[in-house]
Amino acid sequence: MAEWQGWNKIRYEAQLDPDFARDIASIPGGEQLFSCIQCGTCSGMCPLSPYMDYTPRQIIAMIRAGFKGEVLTSYTTWLCASCYACTVECPNEIKITDIMYAAKRVAIRTGSYPKRFPVPVLADEFFRGVEKNGRSSESWLLIRFFLKTNPFRILKQAGLGLRLLRRGRMSLKKESVREKVQLRSIMKALEKEYMVEMASASEVKS
Amino acid sequence: MSYLYFPGCSLKSTGRAYEESLLALFRSLEKPLVELDDWNCCGATAYMSVSELKAFALCARNFALAERQRSDDPSDLVVPCAACYLGLVKAMHYLKEHLNVLEKVNRALGAAGLEYTNRTKVRHPLDVLVNDIGADAIASRVRRPLTGLRVACYYGCQLVRPYALFDDQHEPVTMETLMQSLGADVIDWPIKTRCCGGSLTGTVQEVGLRLSHIILSEAAKRGCDVIVTACPLCQFNLECYQKKMSSIFSPPVDVPVLYFTQLMGMALGVPQKEVGLQRLMVPLKPLATGEVAAGGIYVNQ
Repeated sequence: MAEWQGWNKIRYEAQLDPDFARDIASIPGGEQLFSCIQCGTCSGMCPLSPYMDYTPRQIIAMIRAGFKGEVLTSYTTWLCASCYACTVECPNEIKITDIMYAAKRVAIRTGSYPKRFPVPVLADEFFRGVEKNGRSSESWLLIRFFLKTNPFRILKQAGLGLRLLRRGRMSLKKESVREKVQLRSIMKALEKEYMVEMASASEVKS
Repeated sequence: MSYLYFPGCSLKSTGRAYEESLLALFRSLEKPLVELDDWNCCGATAYMSVSELKAFALCARNFALAERQRSDDPSDLVVPCAACYLGLVKAMHYLKEHLNVLEKVNRALGAAGLEYTNRTKVRHPLDVLVNDIGADAIASRVRRPLTGLRVACYYGCQLVRPYALFDDQHEPVTMETLMQSLGADVIDWPIKTRCCGGSLTGTVQEVGLRLSHIILSEAAKRGCDVIVTACPLCQFNLECYQKKMSSIFSPPVDVPVLYFTQLMGMALGVPQKEVGLQRLMVPLKPLATGEVAAGGIYVNQ
């Protein structure tokens, strides 16, 4: 049996997580997920599907069936560049891009995104910077990102950085809103909802 | 009459030439843009991967500030960056269509003494230029026509997807309309809304660069002199990595990539420095025909 290379892909119903689909479908308008007819238009439209480990069509089927672990640890959702080509062509009006976002959020909250993959690190760093200052400082974001993923890339990118600097297209100024207190109270008021979302995501993890 | 304007983070750094040329262009059209006071990030792509609700709240704060700064009804907010444009348009839709989102967001804004009253209308400069000002009015102001210049108009993904508010989703034409009103020739190409790779050029570089290279080589194959874009990330990806792309993929690429506002500004007689031409990495080249016609489009760097 072990000779057949697909043997380790077999899952039994007891290993699946039936709540996963419900969780993902809880985004506004997300219930359309259940009307997928597996036509594959999304995968055909997606400019990134050749680089994905599961195509968008497969991911939709896997979410619906409850392959939670496989979806959350796959590269697919993080390779989605959010170009919405799938969403506008889907014959059943499934918000595929938004479903990819929902899966990314669950992966971030449960810490189950693919390890050593740079995209979630960038998302997390971007979020933290904006949460704190209200604006993103592109240079600092990239420096923090490279330090966390591959510090050697700072050296590799130095040439490009210098050329940008010379043309006034890069600065080391830290951008921020003026009314930081106001921004913080808005974010604080949403903290409860944010934590509830996080709790429900980690609940279904087990 | 002036418009309220949301720059976004990129237009203050890598996309500075976009802001400079946009402001100069609208000034020359006598419709100055006034920056939204104390604006914050639009909560685009990377942010939404962490929290959707907080992304909508960020947008709603911008709307609330816009409504406070301007009392017009509806008050237009001009948003040039494609990612910011989509982020804000998306929030606008969700706040209208999903009452539970609106209620949560307004409660959070209330905690900071702000309120979203649904009066803001998010508009892209392409929309304003074609539908408010009009191609004819622009054509009548052309001082240095772009005759002979072959332009590939590249929209990228998020300007017309998933919401096509001012142009066709599959075959957008606003940028072509504007370029033709300046006297340029536009090339016909099928992938003007294909994704450039977005931030993947920084994260999973080999994949991101491949996507950008497809756009550039397809445009070059059709014989364009210049690509114009309406998105700071598209412009950055297509322009700044050309050397690197050429070392990995074939054919090598060497195509100037400008903001549509830069070409428009030049044609309307705005000095090159004011449209940020000195910030280009791949400079414009003299026209093959040797004509100076194209608004003095060739630049000595």
